[in-house]
Amino acid sequence: MSDIAIRVENLGKMYRIGGEREMYRTLRDTLIHAAKRPVERLRHPGAATHASEELWALKDINFEVARGEVVGIIGRNGSGKSTLLKVLSHITEPTEGRAEIEGRVASLLEVGTGFHGELTGRENIQLNGAILGMTRKEIKSRFDDIVEFSEIGRFLDTPVKRYSSGMYVRLAFAVAAHLDPEILIVDEVLAVGDSQFQKKCIGKMGDVAQGGRTVLFVSHNMTAVLDLCETGMLLEDGRAVTRGNIRDVVDRYLQSAVGLGGVVEIPPETPDRWPGMTPIMRRVVLYSGDDGTVSSGTVVAGDEVTIEVWCATGTQHIDYCLVGICSSQGARLFSVSTRHDPSFQGGITGEGRFVCRVPSLCLAGGDYSLLVAVGTTSPQRNLDVVEGALRFHVMFADYFGTGATLYPQQGAVAQRSSWEVLSE
Amino acid sequence: MSLVDSVRKAVTLQRLEIETEQPDLIDSQAARPTTEGSYGRTEPDAQASDIVTIIKPSHGWVSIKFRELWEYRDLFFFLAWRDISVRYKQTILGAAWAVIQPFFSMVVFSLFFGRLAGIPSDGVPYPIFSYAAMLPWTYFSSAMSNSSNSLVSSANLLTKVYFPRLVIPLASVLPAVVDFCIAFIVLLGMMLFYRIVPTWNVLWLPAFLLLALVTALGVGLWLSAMNVQYRDIRYTVPFLAQFWMFASPVTYPSSIVPEQWRVLYGLNPMAGVIEGFRWALLGTDTTPGPIIAASSAAAVLLLVSGALYFRRMEKAFADVV
Repeated sequence: MSDIAIRVENLGKMYRIGGEREMYRTLRDTLIHAAKRPVERLRHPGAATHASEELWALKDINFEVARGEVVGIIGRNGSGKSTLLKVLSHITEPTEGRAEIEGRVASLLEVGTGFHGELTGRENIQLNGAILGMTRKEIKSRFDDIVEFSEIGRFLDTPVKRYSSGMYVRLAFAVAAHLDPEILIVDEVLAVGDSQFQKKCIGKMGDVAQGGRTVLFVSHNMTAVLDLCETGMLLEDGRAVTRGNIRDVVDRYLQSAVGLGGVVEIPPETPDRWPGMTPIMRRVVLYSGDDGTVSSGTVVAGDEVTIEVWCATGTQHIDYCLVGICSSQGARLFSVSTRHDPSFQGGITGEGRFVCRVPSLCLAGGDYSLLVAVGTTSPQRNLDVVEGALRFHVMFADYFGTGATLYPQQGAVAQRSSWEVLSE
Repeated sequence: MSLVDSVRKAVTLQRLEIETEQPDLIDSQAARPTTEGSYGRTEPDAQASDIVTIIKPSHGWVSIKFRELWEYRDLFFFLAWRDISVRYKQTILGAAWAVIQPFFSMVVFSLFFGRLAGIPSDGVPYPIFSYAAMLPWTYFSSAMSNSSNSLVSSANLLTKVYFPRLVIPLASVLPAVVDFCIAFIVLLGMMLFYRIVPTWNVLWLPAFLLLALVTALGVGLWLSAMNVQYRDIRYTVPFLAQFWMFASPVTYPSSIVPEQWRVLYGLNPMAGVIEGFRWALLGTDTTPGPIIAASSAAAVLLLVSGALYFRRMEKAFADVV
């Protein structure tokens, strides 16, 4: 047995987009195409027959993972993380290169894969266990542990379609958590469930990691990544940019994201606009740093953040703007408005924008959305309100300067504080 | 970055198509890795050090990994069992559905084909003559349509977990066997009613059911793999089933087919199955020997070619489904 658990060489995965080879192509198209192909071949020897675009979701990936190493794979959406896990989990084939994996692999790209609503909790444990690769014997011997971990207790013989979503997820994760592989490949499955259970799952994952198992862990949750992983790999556009100590990799990731923001156009007929409102707001922009570079809507907790609300009022005069910061579920966490700034004055007639600066964004890591509203102060009236106008992601780096992180169950607001001890 | 990224992601997830290998002439001269363990899996109970999985692109025809299939027999069992236990949940009539379809078809056939059109029935009463055919036919058409849709309806499994993909269509031909058994009880009642005593030939019955299963599976392998890429299949199957039923001796005896054409007729595997059923249960005169031989050969050919085709298309499933 070598010390290397996973060895990946020149791995690449190409997808074709567009062109003639659309998905759900019909048999007729293929037949016509097949008939035309030899003719085309004769007329243009060597020419590409498909006017389609190649997209390398992964390219030239090389890395090794030592036995017992816990590796965090991070990167923005679309950087190839999930594709990499799918290739390593056997789900899809690479286009080039190869990977060697030594040891029994289990991959967990989703919790509750194959759960069936009509089946009871007990039945789903067995089914899901088998789908994840457990034998009947293994399922039987771990059954009681799974039930206990899931905390579903007396609902064991209830069809899971009657479960609350929390129970459903707990049960699903409980089965997955009792896999006993040597190599575990995990996609962002911790982003589910209530906070208590998330904590328990992170704990369980930690046990797995400490148990000498090799783990590949993909996540957007920098907190969890820093907690669980020793080393990391940063993917950008399907290429591995950095591989090394997890702190360095996360730093690099955060650096690459700083100064970015997001621009969202608000269409006049958006369903997110409150009923009875006049379409005044046209665009919402969010960025951190000064340059306002347009990008993916990721900001770092503690940074200065700028929010711009672009308006076209026609002849109407507006002098009031409010921005609500909402959780990803839509619950309002706090609001900032022109009425909170004693030095604010002015208004917009025609086209213009409100620019709001939040000196230090005090949010825990996670996904949030913005509610934006504009109106008049006298009479005090909202003229246009749009919910979920812009979604953004907060990365939680070393906000407190102590290395401490905020767990989801500790709340969504990151408030700095100073402490001292007084002796009696 | 943002737009490109999110569009790209959406595209990757929803609209992409894997590059299936391009069998270009130029290309084929390049050294090609063979099928050697492109997806060699792992024996659950083996020692850690023994298991090495090699992941690399495969090309062309891929062999069937029987060993691996055997290792996943539990999954096979659970999937079949899931379909069986879910089948009649939240229906009023429940398992009665297994009987309703063949029984009422039999009633309609007896009335229109047996009574009004006067189609011969090899000397047995027409109702039992057609019911004995509806039994395997109902099984076959239900198993065939199940397995043709099996991959598409298991898309969530295909994109999230690895296991030998063959398990899915394999497991999908089993649930209908339960229906078959339920409907079979009605047949026994009818035999009692018509005072038909089966001969020892009835021992062959499982073999004929197996033949129907192999045929359904063979067709299912072809169609399920095609269905992943061409959703036309979904609309083709009901039509195919109807067409196929009239090409099989469900409503008429195969003895109306001229003698010299019978073997050719038997290339429809369901002809062999149905004639076999009648011969085994009702003791009809037609010696089904040549028909059954032709049917068995055709069914095995369907199965083998279906399995090979399936394996060849398999690698694109997760990307295309």
